[in-house]
Amino acid sequence: MRVAIIGSGCSRFGELWEKGFREIYLEAGLKAIEDAGIEGKEINALYVGNMSAGMFLGQEHVAALIADYAGLAELNIPAVRVEAADASGAVAFREAYLAIKSGLFDVVVAAGVEKVTDVSDQSKIVSSAADQEWECFFGANLASLYALIAKIHMKKFGGGEEDLALIAVKNHKNAVNNPIAHYRREISVEDVLSSPYVAEPLKVLDSAPISDGAAALVLASEEFARRVCDDPVFVEACCQASDYLALQSREDLTSMKAVVKASRKAYKRAGIDSKDVDVAELHDVFTIAEIIQYEDLGFCKKGEGYKLIREGITCLNGDIPVNTSGGLKACGHAAGASGIRQIAEIVDQLRGKAGKRQVDAEIGLSLSVGGTGATAVVTVLRR
Amino acid sequence: MIPSFWRKIKYRYDLIGTHCKKCGRYYYPPRNLCPRCRRKGEIEEVKLPEKGKVLSYTVVYERCPVVIALIELENGTKILSQLSCKPEEVKDGMEVVRVFRKYGETSDDGIIYYGTKFVPCY
Amino acid sequence: MIGICSYGTYVPIYRIKIDEIARVWGEDCDAIKNGLGIYEKSVPDEDEDATTIAVEAAREAVSRVKIDPKEIGAIFVGSESHPYAVKPTSTIVGEALGVGNNYFTADLEFACKAGTAAMQICYAMVKAEMIKFGLAIGTDTAQAKPGDALEYSAAAGGAAFLIGKDPIAEIEATYSYTSDTPDFWRRELQPYPSHGGRFTGEPAYFRHIVNAAKGLMEKFGYSSKDFKYAVFHQPNAKFPLKVAKMLGFGGEQTSQSLLVSVIGNTYSASSLIGLCAVLDVAEPDERILLVSFGSGAGSDAFSIRVTDRIIDFPREPKVWDKVSKKIYIDYALYLKHRGKIRI
Repeated sequence: MRVAIIGSGCSRFGELWEKGFREIYLEAGLKAIEDAGIEGKEINALYVGNMSAGMFLGQEHVAALIADYAGLAELNIPAVRVEAADASGAVAFREAYLAIKSGLFDVVVAAGVEKVTDVSDQSKIVSSAADQEWECFFGANLASLYALIAKIHMKKFGGGEEDLALIAVKNHKNAVNNPIAHYRREISVEDVLSSPYVAEPLKVLDSAPISDGAAALVLASEEFARRVCDDPVFVEACCQASDYLALQSREDLTSMKAVVKASRKAYKRAGIDSKDVDVAELHDVFTIAEIIQYEDLGFCKKGEGYKLIREGITCLNGDIPVNTSGGLKACGHAAGASGIRQIAEIVDQLRGKAGKRQVDAEIGLSLSVGGTGATAVVTVLRR
Repeated sequence: MIPSFWRKIKYRYDLIGTHCKKCGRYYYPPRNLCPRCRRKGEIEEVKLPEKGKVLSYTVVYERCPVVIALIELENGTKILSQLSCKPEEVKDGMEVVRVFRKYGETSDDGIIYYGTKFVPCY
Repeated sequence: MIGICSYGTYVPIYRIKIDEIARVWGEDCDAIKNGLGIYEKSVPDEDEDATTIAVEAAREAVSRVKIDPKEIGAIFVGSESHPYAVKPTSTIVGEALGVGNNYFTADLEFACKAGTAAMQICYAMVKAEMIKFGLAIGTDTAQAKPGDALEYSAAAGGAAFLIGKDPIAEIEATYSYTSDTPDFWRRELQPYPSHGGRFTGEPAYFRHIVNAAKGLMEKFGYSSKDFKYAVFHQPNAKFPLKVAKMLGFGGEQTSQSLLVSVIGNTYSASSLIGLCAVLDVAEPDERILLVSFGSGAGSDAFSIRVTDRIIDFPREPKVWDKVSKKIYIDYALYLKHRGKIRI
């Protein structure tokens, strides 16, 4: 049985001062339901990705809260909150996918939400994705861990800080045409290179912002989808893999093993090759991540990720456009929402609804990573 | 925080890691289960070498620059730690040795967190 | 035979020059250098304190002899800058060294002589056969009020001695002279010590050291000629030279131990680091006089005789070589290192 996506919706990403947690996800959820053209009572279950409402808001039990304020309390459907750091949304999506795949449910909603701007010290919370006892205790934060990875990768394969800057420049350019994006402005290589270091060699403009945002998708069985929807997008594969949490435990830091494993499983299940991917949303939480992911997904050979960006292959008009939404870098990174938001972008691309960002695509891929790569989810979609 | 710090004092103050007698691998931080041999493995506590070399490092610019490094100890064990020196003193591949230093404190009237850092072999 | 079985020292790598401190306060640096005989002083890093210094010194001492740390039955840490007002430094040292859980311990405070008091306690416990080895440590990150005369000398350092049987240097005799003399003190909750100015000299430093040294020599029948080396507490370079002269010792007996000119006054570690520098070069059967001074006030005198065991004892790296490796910092960085910038 195939699983289809029949509706998608996103809130704006960014600093949403006027809106709280409840307003943001309601906005995304209502858009998705309207897009799917279904009614609340047709929803069998709700899966929500959320990284840290407990620390950002002091609020736990958020799945029930969301179901409640989404107007589903009277329907008493199961609501499940899923946490896998900033891969939370993608893991929630996978749980929703499995629920339909199992035959138990016909229609489920997979959503992701994060409200971060109600607190001022966000970086410590974001870094809770890393090992608190054996990474963060030593003064490391998420940026510094990616910086260690970047240095090793650059030393081994010869990339430079200019190459990293090109990723940020490309993603910002794409975001200009994305109405939900956090940053809808272009930046130059010089802007990136002259921004201050967060953790050498990564600078402020190599880093994704910490954004508020929510996204929701309506998933349905193929049978249901065919009945209500003219342009369903099919989930050909959704595979997840894990790796050691802390960097010191991993053998090779130039590669994210979980990404390699999840993508190979996904390609096999979808019956495709990396070359068949027409458009992709990757997890560019720091620019180096996107380059490593080109390699780990097999878009190029190991060590040649820099070439893809230098030669424009991943630009909007290149062979494999990557992060047409602007990516986490420019569309914004709302931890628990990003995984859903990425899939929503691929859905828009495959349905021809991406406006000025539209590329010609039949098969799309979304990759979401938790922390420094201990969780990876690869989703392959086909129109 | 105090109980969780206290519980690991032995491993933080000294470089005590674990070693799997079955596969010969060393682990820092210590593990109760060898991730390669799992239940077939045999874990014992060992003192790790005091010297190593810097595999990769970065400088975190928060209030003061802090040097974070991935270090390979003389027996091949990789550990993440802080280098207690000025950023300009650090080079990739540099030889370093462990020292006993302060990591911070909960507050002026809170407890002091001590632990292992590394310094260049002067 | 009971005495020193091993020793270790630690002096932070950072230094500030007297000229730099004098520049900030608009004082005549040559007059200060001539007056104190100090040219630069050690400064701890931001992540160092009396505890970390004690651990480093103790680790060197333990690493120089092949003993299981669990054979250490007592740890006494003397300091006037224990990081906690309540909670011992010595338990942190014990845990870092891995001595286990069965050891006698307490922190000591007696201004600059708490380290020698620790040695006396360990000596007595070994003699009483309560313990096999005892660890006596003097450590300080001395505080001085910015702009105060003490700021030119208050430094950081530590020394650790493993006391036990079959030593490399036998403690032949020890003698103390103590009185209630308030020459230097720090009240509860006060960040910096206060002192009696010139009162710290004659009635305090000189009276106690002279009486302790004389008392030791009279009681045990020594004269200044019996000692190859003499080590005195070094609040500056002038006082130890003057007291040496008063006691009949010459420059050739004191120069090896006089580190104050290049590291400053390391308080509880001051005379002890001097003793370590002497042990670095001493030969069997040479005798050393050690006299500490702690404000408040008291002096502990020791007659120490080097044994044949020193020949095979690993003495590298030597104290004078270790302190020659240094990094100079300016006054602003010094304030940051000492935590004097409140954020």
